[in-house]
Amino acid sequence: MRVRIDEDKCHVHARCYGLLPAFFAVDDHGQASVPSDGTVPAMLEDKVRLAVANCPEYAITELPV
Amino acid sequence: MSDAVTDWATDYDIFDPAYVADPSTIWDDLRTRCPIAHSGRYGGSWLPTRMADVTEIARDVEHFSSREITVVPTDTDNEVLPAGSPPIQADPPVHTWTRRLLLPWFSHTRIATYEPYTRALCNRLIDGFLEDGSADAAADYAQQIPVRVIGRILGVPDDMSDTFTGWVRSILEFANDEERRVRARDEAVVYFLGEMERRRGGDREDLISTLLRAEVDGEQVSDEFIVGMVGLTLIAGADTTWSALGSSLWHLATHGEDRARLVNNPELLPVAVEEFLRAYSPVTMARIVTEDIEFSGYPMRAGDRVLMNFPAANRDPDAFEDPDRVVIDRAVNRHVAFGAGIHRCAGSNLARMELQVALEEWLRRIPEFDLADMGEVAWAGGQVRGPRKLPVVFP
Repeated sequence: MRVRIDEDKCHVHARCYGLLPAFFAVDDHGQASVPSDGTVPAMLEDKVRLAVANCPEYAITELPV
Repeated sequence: MSDAVTDWATDYDIFDPAYVADPSTIWDDLRTRCPIAHSGRYGGSWLPTRMADVTEIARDVEHFSSREITVVPTDTDNEVLPAGSPPIQADPPVHTWTRRLLLPWFSHTRIATYEPYTRALCNRLIDGFLEDGSADAAADYAQQIPVRVIGRILGVPDDMSDTFTGWVRSILEFANDEERRVRARDEAVVYFLGEMERRRGGDREDLISTLLRAEVDGEQVSDEFIVGMVGLTLIAGADTTWSALGSSLWHLATHGEDRARLVNNPELLPVAVEEFLRAYSPVTMARIVTEDIEFSGYPMRAGDRVLMNFPAANRDPDAFEDPDRVVIDRAVNRHVAFGAGIHRCAGSNLARMELQVALEEWLRRIPEFDLADMGEVAWAGGQVRGPRKLPVVFP
């Protein structure tokens, strides 16, 4: 599983970070990000899916692998 | 008092006692027969009730300006606040640079440094009434917390808290009483201009001092912007969060099974806080239509006001399963209590921390409580809805 964050859509509600701070990051000026190319460790997939489903801006998308 | 509302689709009034008491029944009715209502009151405005419409308007900053954000027109504010209250009351480019100056103050890392103070404050407040076996959970607790944390961020003395509370209520809750609103606004502006003077040239590390030293594109920020940003920080950071906290405590006082579950499983609290924010979203903001458009079949004219009904969007059955039920472990909860798009609440990290800590400490020390008397709960409405009087009893 791979995800990306659309920087134009993200307005840092920080719901992804709140659900899974081990994977998602947020900076001080309001941008969320994912590590490297967005590859999700298998054991975190369910939680990342939950973060995708909770983003109010629909800014996180799952990429085709 | 204005005339009673006869038809909510054509004559709504968000200050009407019926709307304040139970707005969701009104939204449910509007969503099915007239999802964007209109009213001629307070200079005229539109009221969308569906998630899809509310979020589309919030993201379309080209057609929906934030040059005014209040439900009641505030034309005279220009005299004392010539730059308004940016970034909430601003469009790009002013919105962009003013928001960038404020955001670091509300980052996760910065907010974490205010948590110990918040926790100690909550406990001090509880110490004050625990032995009594009763308290006003709104006035003695919820209303006391955010205003003090904001005061620390601004770097002003704790003993200003009651004055701040009075100003915030007059400006938001009593916005339809123009004389009262203007008096509070002027007092606040004069106070903050004074605080700015006391700090100018100094090296203090509070929000006001930092804004005075800030440079944007090599130039200092002018006072008219700073006083607007500082006033906004107080107004936006106080009433909103205390309303959400009061509503959450009201829910817990009236839903024993949810209360017991959170007492026994405090790890559920972060998810429950999101659900309280969804179900009892306090804030409605306004936008101004920039040019004549037809939106979702409704003819909107340049200058029309649109009320960003985030609370109604969060009760839309097209966006949430069983929206009128409060499900404290609701896993998928794409709510917009903090708005959407570029004006997403800059202080949402602070609000979440305060809600989490205040509910955690209350439930830890007062795990059982009930409403003292159903008739005595008083709700305030308008742009920020929440209980103002919430008498509870505990063993």
